[in-house]
Amino acid sequence: MPESYTLNIRRYDPESTETAHWQEFGVELDPERSVLDGILQVKDREDGSIAVRCSCRAGICGSCAVRINGRSALACNTRISDAARKAGGKPISVEPMGNMPVLKDLIVDMDAVHWKKIQRVVPWLLPDGEAPEREYIVDAEAMIDVTQSMACIQCGACVSACLALEVDRDFVGPAALAKAYRFVGDPRDGQTEERLRDLAEDPHGIYDCTHCFACIEVCPKDVAPMDQIMRLRRRATADFAIKDKNNGYGHEHAFVDIIEKWGTLHEAQLLPRSFGDGSLVRGQTEPGAVKQLLETLPTALRGLKSGKVSPKKVLSHPKLPDQDQVRRIFKEIHSKDERLELNMYIVGENAEDEEGAQAEGSGEM
Amino acid sequence: MPQHDVLVIGAGLAGQRAALAAAEGGASVGIISKVHPVRSHSNAAAGGINAALNVEDSWESHAYDTVKGSDYLGDQDAIEIMCREAPDEVLHLEHLGVTFHRDDEGRLGTRAFGGASAARTYYVADITGQALLHVLYEQLMKFDAIDRYEEWFTTALVRDESGRIAGAVTRNIRDGSFEVITAKAVILATGGNGQIFDPTTNALICTGDGIAMAYRAGAPLMDMEMVQYHPTTLAGIGLLITEGARGEGAQLYNAEGERFMEKYAPSKMELASRDVVSRAEQTEIDEGRGFPDGTVALDITKVPRARILQALREIVNVGRDFAGTDITREPIHIKPGNHYVMGGIRTDVNGETGVPGLYAAGECACLSVHGGNRLGANSLLDTLIFGRRAGAHAATEGRAMAMPKPAGSELGREQELIAGIISRDRSGRRVSEIKAELGKTMDADCSVFRDENRLRGALETVKRLQEEVETVSIDDRGSVFNQDVLGALELKFMLDNAECIVMGALERRESRGAQYRTDFPERNDEQWLKHINLTVNGGDIPDVSYSEVTLTQWEPEERKY
Repeated sequence: MPESYTLNIRRYDPESTETAHWQEFGVELDPERSVLDGILQVKDREDGSIAVRCSCRAGICGSCAVRINGRSALACNTRISDAARKAGGKPISVEPMGNMPVLKDLIVDMDAVHWKKIQRVVPWLLPDGEAPEREYIVDAEAMIDVTQSMACIQCGACVSACLALEVDRDFVGPAALAKAYRFVGDPRDGQTEERLRDLAEDPHGIYDCTHCFACIEVCPKDVAPMDQIMRLRRRATADFAIKDKNNGYGHEHAFVDIIEKWGTLHEAQLLPRSFGDGSLVRGQTEPGAVKQLLETLPTALRGLKSGKVSPKKVLSHPKLPDQDQVRRIFKEIHSKDERLELNMYIVGENAEDEEGAQAEGSGEM
Repeated sequence: MPQHDVLVIGAGLAGQRAALAAAEGGASVGIISKVHPVRSHSNAAAGGINAALNVEDSWESHAYDTVKGSDYLGDQDAIEIMCREAPDEVLHLEHLGVTFHRDDEGRLGTRAFGGASAARTYYVADITGQALLHVLYEQLMKFDAIDRYEEWFTTALVRDESGRIAGAVTRNIRDGSFEVITAKAVILATGGNGQIFDPTTNALICTGDGIAMAYRAGAPLMDMEMVQYHPTTLAGIGLLITEGARGEGAQLYNAEGERFMEKYAPSKMELASRDVVSRAEQTEIDEGRGFPDGTVALDITKVPRARILQALREIVNVGRDFAGTDITREPIHIKPGNHYVMGGIRTDVNGETGVPGLYAAGECACLSVHGGNRLGANSLLDTLIFGRRAGAHAATEGRAMAMPKPAGSELGREQELIAGIISRDRSGRRVSEIKAELGKTMDADCSVFRDENRLRGALETVKRLQEEVETVSIDDRGSVFNQDVLGALELKFMLDNAECIVMGALERRESRGAQYRTDFPERNDEQWLKHINLTVNGGDIPDVSYSEVTLTQWEPEERKY
């Protein structure tokens, strides 16, 4: 049975003298229909001038990413009843994506931001040498692994939600870096180290991500861009030991070492360890790092001021009571030959309880 | 005024493949699309791409399955080319970077698909079309020789003084400006026309633009009555549940819990060809053994959960987001729904339409490799093989000739037409009203089961809507992203398509493939083993003519699954 909903749509017409504004529309829809269905109903019945990109209606083409109640999402796979509930009695707000210039109503300029960043990561396969006569022989799991980033539909929701991009417009960003992993993780690509070095050395590259999880939360296809960025980092640091000028390498190791030693983050140790590859007490080992450490002084001072770091904390940091258990986890992981990476296609939990589930479904033919 | 040796209209798989082949052939290439290329509807081809690549398999077997699937209306010379060239095309795509599923030895792995006598469908989870489309777009980004016109809407083809097609009139959607793009050859790769049906699995952009433009330019449309209803679509909104589900082992049940395909296709069961499965479902529903919502049940829980999550991920999302069903735990309600048009712009195996300078490839074209019914996982193949062939052929032809000069007044005419729609008063019907009436009419009277009476009624409706569209009213008066006015143009394209579909269905007085006439329930090879061609004649209805079906090595037989 259709129910009534109210959409509050952000309007902007570059040809009008009116500035951007909100406009409310009522729609009648079955609760399981989508916010896109709502927008299209308004267009069909009331105002055909509302501009929105949309095509497949099924969450495949990636056209209709907008912000619904402030959250980036595909309008076509967001149920209108869910959106209404989240709006909490107020109209459902629908506005264009963030971090990209608005062209008209709900349409943003993806070329100027999203596609430019995609182009930045050399988004095509660069194999070594001539192609084989038949297919490249590659590990089945490796193909499934990169299929998670292949699942990206370039909708831009992660770009819209990215907090690092808000601060640094030049950040390569979640979608493009997920795309980069699609090549770095592809065993057929011959430029793995070059790609990683490029993205590690770029001050707006893989170490520009601030771990905020926004891209993972909004991605409609479970691509988990931040996970792909972390994989790029692991490949850069653990597999290729790329010591970048952004000190991403040092920072990554500092975190791990601190947790192994104390169990929780020892803030005062983080910066010296990140930049100097050594502890505060032992002092700096790399000459260039002194300058960089000095540049971080404002950060340290802010930490002191807010109480996050105190002189006392600098000198001593309590270990977790059961730090031995943390150490055991580290030992266990260090003893593995290979790093275990799970993703949406490789789900550890089910593989064990359903034996043979990985076998080809077509074996009988 | 931009000029290219080859101008491709449409940037789905056929268009992108054509553009890449033309560029590799040394041509300067322009590719136009009314949406960004990765938004194209090739995305939706979930299940995979067929190729007889295994040593135990053979192209002849693939070709025979395709011929039989087509209900012998497919042209066997074209089918042979497609099936012979399939393995190399799949390998080419693999080399470009498509992340095809591997077997335990790291080689390309396959899944089973409907109407096929071997498991020869290569796939990327259930995002095969998307993976192919995005990988080809990677190549477009790489190639400097290809100019991309993204979000440009093509309104008409233009000719030179000799009558040769010499380019197209196109409108930049971003600012409303017009451009005539001149070209030695134009390749239409604009996809299908599913939007004339409601519901449909097709995207909102699938409005048959290229089919209508070619028709208006004098190219014959062939076998337009052959419209595929896919067996597993969601009731109401019509979204697709991939045939890959049945390929992986999902089964169909009626409301009485009976696995009804036993009655209709005892040996292939759920994996009979699509026309057969759709008719079986519709019969069950019409005879009262469906669910109250006019559906039957697809039980995917027969497939192990881990396998579903790995290989059918997308339909897990579709079930959850659009039907509120966890397909790994419970059956999902489905019905036959509009999916694909086998008919289209008649072409030869190089994509030539017979109108000088005009090519077509992909769903908008009709060679015919699909005849009366397309096999699952043959559409991606069709787009790539014949997209490539059209691109290569057009590039070669173009090398020998000078850049033509558009002669006509098409630009002025199109600008006036659009300005007229924009400034028109709002007394006419809305685009959405006409579109809705068209969709409901076509789905009711020109779908799985057809008869003369209902088809005559549908034709009448279409003719009336064609008159109403001349005064259709829109709201948007602007130039920037005026989607409203484009909707009016698309609606006119759609009505041309609809008229030809109904005309073809009326004309073919037999049942073959997707065309089932309850008043002519048998296949009639003696009279109707032939293609129906429709050509515009300036009059009220198109001219009808016939052409032979090319048979090479397979004589028509009774079709059993």
